[in-house]
Amino acid sequence: MHALSIRQLTKTYGNGVQALKGIDLDVDQGDFFALLGPNGAGKTTTIGIITSLVNKSGGTVSVFGHDIDRDIGAAKSCIGIVPQEINFNQFESVETILVNQAGFYGIPRALARERTERYLKQLQLWEKRRAVARSLSGGMKRRLMIARALVHEPRLLILDEPTAGVDIEIRRTMWEFLRQTNERGVTIILTTHYLEEAENLCRNVAIIDKGRIIENDLMSNVLRKLQTEIFVLNLREPLRGEPNLPGFGVTRVDDRTVEVEVSSGQSINDIFIRLAAQGIDVVSMRNKVNRLEELFMRLVGRAGAPAVGGQS
Amino acid sequence: MSGADAVASRARTDWIGFRTMVLREFSRITRIWGQTLVPPGVTATLYFIIFGSLIGTRIGKMGGYDYMQYIAPGLIMMSVITNSYGNVVSSFFGARFGKHIEEILVSPLPNWLVVIGYMAGGIVRGLLVGLVVTAVALFFTHLHVNNGPLILAAVLLTSIVFSLGGFINAVFAKNFDHISWFPTFILTPLTYLGGVFYSIELLPPWARAVSHANPILYMVNSFRYGFLGVSDVDVRLSFAIMSAFAVGLFGIAVWLMEKGVGIRE
Repeated sequence: MHALSIRQLTKTYGNGVQALKGIDLDVDQGDFFALLGPNGAGKTTTIGIITSLVNKSGGTVSVFGHDIDRDIGAAKSCIGIVPQEINFNQFESVETILVNQAGFYGIPRALARERTERYLKQLQLWEKRRAVARSLSGGMKRRLMIARALVHEPRLLILDEPTAGVDIEIRRTMWEFLRQTNERGVTIILTTHYLEEAENLCRNVAIIDKGRIIENDLMSNVLRKLQTEIFVLNLREPLRGEPNLPGFGVTRVDDRTVEVEVSSGQSINDIFIRLAAQGIDVVSMRNKVNRLEELFMRLVGRAGAPAVGGQS
Repeated sequence: MSGADAVASRARTDWIGFRTMVLREFSRITRIWGQTLVPPGVTATLYFIIFGSLIGTRIGKMGGYDYMQYIAPGLIMMSVITNSYGNVVSSFFGARFGKHIEEILVSPLPNWLVVIGYMAGGIVRGLLVGLVVTAVALFFTHLHVNNGPLILAAVLLTSIVFSLGGFINAVFAKNFDHISWFPTFILTPLTYLGGVFYSIELLPPWARAVSHANPILYMVNSFRYGFLGVSDVDVRLSFAIMSAFAVGLFGIAVWLMEKGVGIRE
């Protein structure tokens, strides 16, 4: 049995926009799954249908075997959702938000308080438990939504850009927390603006574009499909002429910077050997773009388009 | 899990969810008591001073009672109506506006229970405000009780009807103006013309006939009958009308939730 199984899912909005055009998707139990796509691709619509915030036009969705048309209550009990936008009552205290959310899932008050304490401590929010939610920082609000999604201990956690606008330190703390949550057996589906996040956390990935799944495979297999990478080389001295690197695509950015395109099978060592022979000293090197991002751009055919994420 | 166990488990889960909704509403009402409980008390005090003490003494008897005694049940009912309606319309629209309605929508609470939960919040505020206004009324006049259970039934049914009305208004409202239109332009005129301050026997025949089309007339009069034993309308008809409204509006509210009107794309 899959944690999530979607068949021929379609959605046409009232204004005629066809957001989903027949999606098939399976997510295994225990997986850490990335759902990626450009703005307007259909990610948030898909998540909205799974969590019953959006009415579907056609197709089926089942969560741990519970069809959302026949057994919506059981399906909902299995899901925890961290939405893209802040959606808690800003005038309630942090503690109240969690205890109430547990109550909506039928968790008795005493157990709800126990779990509230556990998750607030795990997400470093316990000191803020009596604070009114609107007084929290952006990062704290994101963590509060994660705690709220977990308080009924769902088997499937869906995170729609959970680290948007969060500084890098907190983001890495959240990654670690999500990794641990996944190791405890919780299936996680993640959409993110930061492809580095998906590459680091997720084992499987589906890429959705214009309402269709255009890629669905192991993350490692998907990355393997990438044939080239571009490296940016910073040089010690200004270039006197064009560097001679036969077999490599070279672009001169400025006097001290060149970009070199390396195909799979080519050796980066060759670049340094050849440049050294020409008296060109490389002081530093970096990958021009995130590999997944580059692949993503190629798949959706929108080189130069903004990265994934956003309302869709 | 056997079928019976599953049903019992479901009922327990639903009960906890419902209780959470009611506690949350109660907490909201008491947290903002300055907006919810105090103003009706102040307004009622002014009504009793102006219409009861100052003007009422010159009006004389109505329905066989002092004017102050006559209008007291109507004033209590008026506050119950406006506050039951106001609580649900502001709470549910606020939840839609702030998107925290999604906390409930993603939970396993069935739609009919969500409607009942919000309705219960309206009843809680309606009854709390009703008690405040009753306390104010007792400061000015003596309240005779003709039939206690009838008073309770009338106030509960009225509160249910207007809580559901507030819910439906909140479903369709697209901005804060929309949640004040109905109370301002429909509810308030109907309430003032619903026999709160007078017996329709004082009206000319055509106005009396028109008044019978006003559902609030039946609510106010059944409630007044519970206190004073006098009514302009048949109390059995009043309860039939209130029950019909309650059932009809509940059905509409649940249907709107099932369709996702205003809350689901």
